[in-house]
Amino acid sequence: MAQIIDVDGDAAGAAAEGPSGGGAGGADERVAARSPLRQALGRPELGALIGAIALFVFFSLTADAFLRTSSFATVLYSSSTFGIMAVAVALLMIGGEFDLSAGVMVTSASLVAALVSYQLTLNLWVGVAISLVVTLGIGFLNGLLYVKTGLPSFIITLGTFFMLRGLNLGVTKATTGDVATNSVADMDGFEQAKTVFAAQPEIFGVNIYITVFWWLAFIVVATWLLLRTRVGNWIFAVGGAASSARAVGVPVTRTKIGLFMGVAFAAWFSGMHLLFAFPSVQSGEGVGNEFGYIICAVIGGCLLTGGYGSAIGAAIGAFIYGMANKGIVYAGWNPDWFYFFLGVLLLIATIVNLVVRRRAETAT
Amino acid sequence: MTDDVDATAPLIKLTDVGKRYGNVIALRGVSLSVAGGEVTCVLGDNGAGKSTLIKIVSGVHRPDEGSFEVGGEPVSFASPRDALSRGIATVYQDLAVVPLMPVWRNFFLGSERRRGFGRIDVGFMRRTTKSELLEMGIDLRDVDQPIGTLSGGERQCVAIARAVYFGAKVLILDEPTAALGVKQAGVVLRYIVQARERGLGVIFITHNPHHAYPVGDRFLILNRGRSVGYHDKRDITRDQLTALMAGGTELEQLAHELETVSAGAARELTEEAKDLGVTPTDD
Ligand SMILES: Nc1ncnc2c1ncn2[C@@H]1O[C@H](COP(=O)(O)OP(=O)(O)OP(=O)(O)O)[C@@H](O)[C@H]1O
Ligand SMILES: [Mg+2]
Repeated sequence: MAQIIDVDGDAAGAAAEGPSGGGAGGADERVAARSPLRQALGRPELGALIGAIALFVFFSLTADAFLRTSSFATVLYSSSTFGIMAVAVALLMIGGEFDLSAGVMVTSASLVAALVSYQLTLNLWVGVAISLVVTLGIGFLNGLLYVKTGLPSFIITLGTFFMLRGLNLGVTKATTGDVATNSVADMDGFEQAKTVFAAQPEIFGVNIYITVFWWLAFIVVATWLLLRTRVGNWIFAVGGAASSARAVGVPVTRTKIGLFMGVAFAAWFSGMHLLFAFPSVQSGEGVGNEFGYIICAVIGGCLLTGGYGSAIGAAIGAFIYGMANKGIVYAGWNPDWFYFFLGVLLLIATIVNLVVRRRAETAT
Repeated sequence: MTDDVDATAPLIKLTDVGKRYGNVIALRGVSLSVAGGEVTCVLGDNGAGKSTLIKIVSGVHRPDEGSFEVGGEPVSFASPRDALSRGIATVYQDLAVVPLMPVWRNFFLGSERRRGFGRIDVGFMRRTTKSELLEMGIDLRDVDQPIGTLSGGERQCVAIARAVYFGAKVLILDEPTAALGVKQAGVVLRYIVQARERGLGVIFITHNPHHAYPVGDRFLILNRGRSVGYHDKRDITRDQLTALMAGGTELEQLAHELETVSAGAARELTEEAKDLGVTPTDD
């Protein structure tokens, strides 16, 4: 035992007993060596939180309109539409994989619901259900292709990205003769489904899209899943060291497929919002958004190599994304600058992640 | 073989097992028996068949020849999970942990303790990790630290403690000390002894007779897939073990081969081979 205990452990511990308090029952006196600051630096969300505050202050000072409640509602809405996807994409990235098809999959989901309901004149809820099955099927296929071929998920989902992109346009044109679907606004079930996916309840005098609350629900569920369930343990493990995980009995294949299906579920949900907020779907939409989700997750502290990150971080990342996206407009700048801004944010975030990770690994 | 071991049914008994990879004969006619509270060291040079042997015991491979009994009962494992369910746990050098995950999550990975609704019992797992490691003599500062921040030896010990906690009766360690410094290797050796004291049967694979001799009760020496010695500790001295390991005959053979290239080098090697019978060499 003497070999691994610091010789002066007891003396140092006695002096530093105070700050180490708050730990669970058997707190070790040497825990004090790890300061609260160090511990905070080990959190994946830290960099994103600092960035979000800085950006908020920046736009508050430069854009007068930014601090109005209505503007804030718009920022939150923009954040939520990206945030719902970013949370699912973050889980997938913690599990060590990418999904480049996520952006167009959202469009596919709303197209399936719109086309099926309209062409067969079904209640929209039937279309919504069929869309759920089809979209989860796409996610399952992504996962299955990945585990069967062992190819990088980057390549697999790049393939499905192009396939879906082509299908979205091709099938829509073939059935409607146009790049957009016919409006489903007067069909059975529309109003009902709209209250679920695209309601705008009034809160504090402003209308806030219901997606903001769904987004919060996604964050809570994902965080609980990651930190308090067995599946969460498995997600970190398959992303961190898949072969180790397999050796101790973690079902790696099932976990990975489940994560791809999680992204598909979020894509279905986002697709339903699109459909019931804007009843005619543009079949070419969604391209490029997949990178937006990944950027949100990375800004939020997810490592590109997997095994590290958090759902809350990804949500903060999405909030940064939303603030930058709308803040530039409120500041009166040309919206094209948004992409430049995004690139800068991504680079800064990646560097911060690197530092945070190094700290985490040498935290004692 | 000693009498007291044969009296109790051995945990593991291999009789004349052989294993072929295509036309490569990796293992031939090897016998081994492991009892509880006993450390069996498997020694041998690179490619001697050590890993092949333990892969048979841990359920990765099935033997092509010979018999394999667990607790006196013939078995044929289809996967490592079968071996695990029989209480045979394997700790690999690198395959043991997920570096970025906290120690306690690693400890329970794959066997998480649950409280219904898929919830895991975080408090229980933290406490248990802390106390189990303490019992093995590892006093961790913080079970929440990423396991990657532990030293190689401590990490190895967490993997051992984990196997012991989850009811392993036989613990297989494939070169656990290979990448470790002197002090860290000492720590691991101490846990091997502790596992033995808890009544586990331990199979300890190593290149290093200096690591094997102090903790081992029996020594199986492999060379080119064959057993070249299976000794009780009382029947063999450290020096003899070292000599067997280094393979005096091998060196002589090499000397012959080298003779055509360089006579000087060959002479040196022949000398060394002779010396080996008496004096140990460091590796
Ligand atoms: N999967 C395999 N396919 C073909 N040959 C193999 C395979 N695994 C091992 N071998 C061969 O079988 C022999 C024994 O290998 P093994 O891995 O058991 O040796 P080892 O004693 O563990 O060596 P080391 O000390 O280097 O780990 C070697 O000649 C090796 O090349
Ligand atoms: Mg080996």
